[in-house]
Amino acid sequence: MLELKNLSKRFGGVVATDDVTLEVKRGEVHALIGPNGAGKTTLIGQISGSLGSDAGAILFEGLDITHAAQHARVRSGLARSYQITSMFKRFTVLDNLALAVQARSGSSFSFWRPVSAEAPLFDEARTIAGEIGLAGREAVVVAALAHGEQRALEVGLALATRPRLVLLDEPMAGMGPEESENMIALLERIRARITVLLVEHDMDAVFRLADRVSVLVSGRVIASGAPAAIRAHPEVRKAYLGEDAKA
Amino acid sequence: MGRAAPWIVLALALTFPLAMQAEHQTYYLSFASRIFIYALAATSLNLILGYGGMISFGHAAFVGTGAYVSSILLSEGVASAWIGWPAAVAASSLAALVIGAVSLRTRGVYFIMITLAFAQMVFFLVNSMKAYGGDEGLSLRERASLGLGVDLGSDFAFYYAALAALAAGLYGLHRLAHSRFGRVIQAIRENEERAEAIGFPVYRCKLVCFVIAGAAGGLAGALLASHGKYVNPNVLHWTQSGTLMMMVIMGGAGRLWGGVIGAAALLGLEDLIANHRVDWLAAIFPNYQQHASLGVGTVLLAIVLFAPQGIAGMLARKKHA
Amino acid sequence: MSWILIVEQSLNGLQFGLMLFLLAAGLTLVFGIMDMINLAHGSLYMLGAFLAATLVQATGSFAAGVLLAIPATALLGMLLEMSVLRTLYARDHLSQVLATFALILILNEAVRIIWGPDMPLSVPAALSGPVQLLPGMVYPAYRLLIIGVGAAVAGALYLLVARTRIGMLVRAGASNREMALAMGVNIRRLFTLLFGVGAGLCAVAGALLGPLFAVQVGMGENILILAFVVIVIGGIGSIRGALVGSLLVGVVDTIGRAFLPLLFGIFFQPRVASAAGPAIASVLVYLLMAVVLYIKPQGLFPARG
Ligand SMILES: Nc1ncnc2c1ncn2[C@@H]1O[C@H](COP(=O)(O)OP(=O)(O)OP(=O)(O)O)[C@@H](O)[C@H]1O
Ligand SMILES: [Mg+2]
Repeated sequence: MLELKNLSKRFGGVVATDDVTLEVKRGEVHALIGPNGAGKTTLIGQISGSLGSDAGAILFEGLDITHAAQHARVRSGLARSYQITSMFKRFTVLDNLALAVQARSGSSFSFWRPVSAEAPLFDEARTIAGEIGLAGREAVVVAALAHGEQRALEVGLALATRPRLVLLDEPMAGMGPEESENMIALLERIRARITVLLVEHDMDAVFRLADRVSVLVSGRVIASGAPAAIRAHPEVRKAYLGEDAKA
Repeated sequence: MGRAAPWIVLALALTFPLAMQAEHQTYYLSFASRIFIYALAATSLNLILGYGGMISFGHAAFVGTGAYVSSILLSEGVASAWIGWPAAVAASSLAALVIGAVSLRTRGVYFIMITLAFAQMVFFLVNSMKAYGGDEGLSLRERASLGLGVDLGSDFAFYYAALAALAAGLYGLHRLAHSRFGRVIQAIRENEERAEAIGFPVYRCKLVCFVIAGAAGGLAGALLASHGKYVNPNVLHWTQSGTLMMMVIMGGAGRLWGGVIGAAALLGLEDLIANHRVDWLAAIFPNYQQHASLGVGTVLLAIVLFAPQGIAGMLARKKHA
Repeated sequence: MSWILIVEQSLNGLQFGLMLFLLAAGLTLVFGIMDMINLAHGSLYMLGAFLAATLVQATGSFAAGVLLAIPATALLGMLLEMSVLRTLYARDHLSQVLATFALILILNEAVRIIWGPDMPLSVPAALSGPVQLLPGMVYPAYRLLIIGVGAAVAGALYLLVARTRIGMLVRAGASNREMALAMGVNIRRLFTLLFGVGAGLCAVAGALLGPLFAVQVGMGENILILAFVVIVIGGIGSIRGALVGSLLVGVVDTIGRAFLPLLFGIFFQPRVASAAGPAIASVLVYLLMAVVLYIKPQGLFPARG
């Protein structure tokens, strides 16, 4: 579904991603793990199109999208969420979701007809709100949501674009145990219809959800395979799981 | 504002000329027309500045382009407003398309400065058009003519023409703000990166918004030139762009009535200071009436420092309290 | 086109560029460190010129008047910083633009009330003649003085920012505002001082250019925009960028105005050339800025990131 070929990105002297080759298969939950600063967020930026790549190619469903605009990638079914919550803070939950629904249904160059007349937009937004556990919170302004609710909406915004592949950047960052369980349950529900590339530090969640795991260290993929194989991989243990394996 | 308020304002504006006594009529009709025209210009800036979050410091370029194009046509003998005004709108839209296409690639301070620079370019170009008056400006023998038995030369008729243009502009902004496009624009103002990340073509949306605002600004410019039967390069000076921004912020950025309230407040304040002598103030400060912009500057500074939501914002807050 | 004319116009360009640098330096530092747009910078230039004109009149000496005007303007600048500008650091650009735009209106009127619309200030008699630079080439002595003073001040400022501890603080601020803020309480005083220095530089430029242009209300407005063009071209916050940008803008503007009409005369009919030449020349610097930003959206020497 998604193929990365020798992808690299440098920031000045810092090599953030280095010759990354990776495949995400249709229908899988593919976890991408790696220590802080490994280049995971950078890689998501490159795939989603908010960051350009210095070298390499990105193929999505067989099409070369290396140079496609970000919004065009979203329209072709490739959405992302953010590690640091990024939403329309002064809008309500419902308006946030309805915007994302609007983005992929019909033209946005409509200047006269009020959006409020488009019931389907809001119906679907409400459905998504329910799906992410925000039923009853639709009218709340985003800035007034609790942290966990904001994280849920962060993922909800990506899902509202109805992607075929979603890139989730640490969806559970800063969540309590109960909220994490809700997020895991949400991912379990969507995995049947959406392919997921999941960046996550919570190893427990990763090994429960992932079909396959890739490990990024200093911008390079040092291992890729089934969770069990990754757990046993000596280089991975040394480079990354060392401190986490006991936990 | 409540649901009824716009209709009350409209009714007042429609009956205002009839209530005027003949002796004051010319002055007040002309003054009110000027407010309407500036309100339209400020409303067009409000679309990009208040709704779209694009801090354009060059809006006078579009108002000025409209003013000059319609004036040049008039001076070349094309009297019909049906040709002159659409031409002004078309020229301003084109200017906005070109300026926007380049400027919208930059962000933040750079955007502010590049829009300013483009406006200066238009200012100096117009200044050097010797054939059309250069820095002395261009006097018009008469206003554009509307036909249909309406004589825009009369201040009475012109008042209604300006009011109609403003009403159309406001209604257009109201529709646009609640349309799909309007919501995208406001989403971009809130969070440009995320707007792109959920699939909106941000650059194209901003450019379209910029062109719409330029077009409306051009219409205001055409009206302005006809109103005074005169145009000079100062309509393009950067301080004009500043004045329009000032109106938007005074009135309330991103609020439907912001441009109107701001234009009325600013021009009203200027007029109040310059033309209505307050005796006790004159006793302390004899020539104060010649220094209206001292008062305007002080009020603006106070609003920016203490009431950044503008007048419309304060009214809205009062209602909620 | 004789080489004398070319040298002469280049010197004029250099002179204008150096004066622009004096304005742009203060602007770019404040801009870079505090992320603050100060449109009222041009008003300090105007205040400097009016103060110089008054003090020259009062003392009867050009040098004494100008030298006294510098600290006086610096003091006004610091007062302005402490009373109003300081409260704007934390605000968004739009508020800064508008508040300082309001300050322009207020200061213009204040000057009009105190001094009237203009003040006489002329080139001192001793410098009013030309000097022979090269055989067959004379140049106004006063303009040479401006170049000399401008180069000296620009050089001193450059060394101050590039070599001293205060300069280091300033540069730290320009590339990392948080770090500068974390450096403690003195940072507030540093900013006030910085404003004072910026205002003093404005006074130097205003006083020296006063006799060439005119000391009048609103004189700061057009040159302010040019100073902004300079710092945007150079890269906001970069003193080196401001220097390069100033000289570039000064030379391009002056040379363009002098030679573009002639150049157009070679290629086009006289009627076209006499219309288009000056028109293009007057927008040349803005075109330059648009082109620079199109190629490098952060200016020539980006100070940050
Ligand atoms: N915009 C940028 N400019 C300069 N350097 C950057 C930028 N973004 C990331 N980097 C650098 O690139 C490297 C990779 O960062 P990235 O954010 O991709 O890591 P990460 O794996 O997502 O880390 P974390 O687990 O902390 O989220 C880091 O060294 C970081 O400092
Ligand atoms: Mg990250």
